[in-house]
Amino acid sequence: MAVTTSITAHRAPVAPRAKRMARRALIYAALLFWSFICLFPIYWTVTTSFKSAVDVTQAHLIPWVDFHPDWKGWRSLGLSPDTLFETSTARSEFVNRFINSIITSVGASVLALILGSLAAYGLSRFRYKFAWMRNDDILFFFMSQLILPPVVLALPFLVLYKALALLDTTFGLILLYTLTVLPIVIWIMRDQFNAIPIELDEAAFVDGLSTWGAFLRIILPLAFPGMAAAFILSLVLCWNEYFFAALLTSTDAKTLPVMVASQTGSQGINWWSMAALSTAAIAPLVLIGIFLERYIVSGLTTGAGK
Amino acid sequence: MKRAMRRRATVGRILIGLASLVFLLVLVVQVLHAAGAIAAGFSTWRPILIVYLLWAIAFGTAQVLMRGERGQRALFLLPAVFFTVAVVIFPTIFGLYIASLDWNLSSIEGPHFSGLDNVRAMLSDAYYWNALSNMVFYSVAVLGEYAIAFALALLLSAEIRARKFFRVVFLLPMMLSPVAVSWMIGKSLLEYRFGPAATLARYLGWDNPAFFASPWMARFTIQAMDAWVSIPFIMIILLAGLQAMPKEVQEAAKVDGANGWQSFWHVTFPIMLPVSITVLIIRIIFKLKLADIVINVTAGGPGGATDTVSSFIYRVYRDRSNVGYGTALAMVYLLLIIVLLTLMLRLSKRWTQRVT
Repeated sequence: MAVTTSITAHRAPVAPRAKRMARRALIYAALLFWSFICLFPIYWTVTTSFKSAVDVTQAHLIPWVDFHPDWKGWRSLGLSPDTLFETSTARSEFVNRFINSIITSVGASVLALILGSLAAYGLSRFRYKFAWMRNDDILFFFMSQLILPPVVLALPFLVLYKALALLDTTFGLILLYTLTVLPIVIWIMRDQFNAIPIELDEAAFVDGLSTWGAFLRIILPLAFPGMAAAFILSLVLCWNEYFFAALLTSTDAKTLPVMVASQTGSQGINWWSMAALSTAAIAPLVLIGIFLERYIVSGLTTGAGK
Repeated sequence: MKRAMRRRATVGRILIGLASLVFLLVLVVQVLHAAGAIAAGFSTWRPILIVYLLWAIAFGTAQVLMRGERGQRALFLLPAVFFTVAVVIFPTIFGLYIASLDWNLSSIEGPHFSGLDNVRAMLSDAYYWNALSNMVFYSVAVLGEYAIAFALALLLSAEIRARKFFRVVFLLPMMLSPVAVSWMIGKSLLEYRFGPAATLARYLGWDNPAFFASPWMARFTIQAMDAWVSIPFIMIILLAGLQAMPKEVQEAAKVDGANGWQSFWHVTFPIMLPVSITVLIIRIIFKLKLADIVINVTAGGPGGATDTVSSFIYRVYRDRSNVGYGTALAMVYLLLIIVLLTLMLRLSKRWTQRVT
């Protein structure tokens, strides 16, 4: 051990350039390797949606070189160019699930943003006393819901929703999804409001605005970056949610993950159509990941590094 | 002025009383109707939800009437509180009640009270204990995810070109839905006959690349897939921590002649310890909810080797429609999680205090 360290110590001044080059090469090699790990499954899924059976079984990988791309998978979904304008039951089901997913995740994110922003502003600006609970306790009360595993609520909700006639409704799912993202929204928004100086509120009061007027007209517009981060993050979480949707929906309110899962379960999977379905299901998220990454990162790192 | 205020307070009090009265009345009528005592009532319980909403609105209005400015302030917090009470607190308490029932949704006879029978059945349910011990494995595996994520965060904070590109690429797996990942990786990439991963494994000399056949292999594969999805989350938090770290500290270590490993181990790692502990705890909380991938790839198999508590309870319900038993299992699990987390928070607090 001592020998090796002394050798490197000797060598360092002799060839610092070569060593630095080697170090950089190693870093880039590691970066590229992990990029490959992150991207290959996505690449594989997208290309498989253009393959035919032979290409799948012979593990052809590169389009136009190994195999000739074909719209087969997309045709079975009714989304290929030649079937796009014909009627297709597969497509209408897919579009239906897609719209369900959009309504559910946007609805839940908006509701969580409204409830969460109000609570976060209150917690950031005023001092509450509710029985023995003060601000920190109330915040902990909201955050503690994060530890609740979905299974704990799933079966009670099944029974309750049956009684309330909310099973298999989009509204029922929206309520549940709101509760799963609410703690995260409160966390992000409270940080955001804390970053806005309280002098702005005071100036608004001097100008004659009420508590709510100051909040709605002065503070809320300033909190837009935090709201965008919270909204996009909850959108992604709700879009991907599977557990509640699998238990609580059957036909009408089914979301995209449930559709993908039910297709996977069927025997003798059609690789190309499954790949096309998966591609279509992850496409919105990949786009969000590429173009709105900034907001996701700022939302996730709220409070980190402080 | 004072009289006007007092009158408003009275109006507020009357409003609350009236709303509570209506709420209770509707509730009692509906309970009696459901019990079959009276004919009047609603076909579903939905009106109860609406009456609750109206009661909440009346309560909020009354707060403003009674307490003025302080009532307006309370109005910020009340919607979230009422929402949480309705969809978290009440269902959890209701769940405790269901947990004490012998209730099979698919059988004709309704629920009947069975006390602690479900818990007793749980004690001798080998599959449940097996699922719990799997959770121990999955939770410990978070340390592996953390090590990889830390390495990636260090890579991203090194002086590199195209940092933004790599950051976006490294984040992508987190965005994908676990269900899609189940198919993309579990069912197609790792497929035994022609999945590219199996082909690669054969090429490397593993004759029989069955990723889900033996219990340990299956467990590791499920863990690897979950790690693929969740490493970006840990990485991004650690990266934020690294970027918030003062540059002088690193420079000072360099001046002192520390090499890369030494400056990491003696400088970077201790500074990152609080962030690390936070992210590890958050990650374990999320890991304890792991279900989607297991349900969709292995359905808990082979022989329960990959089962998580959530996926096991999911199957208890799906295969046996046993709501009472499933809820009892979930409640015990929640209890265990609360105890474990309290312990972890205590320990981590004490530990960070001692280190710093």
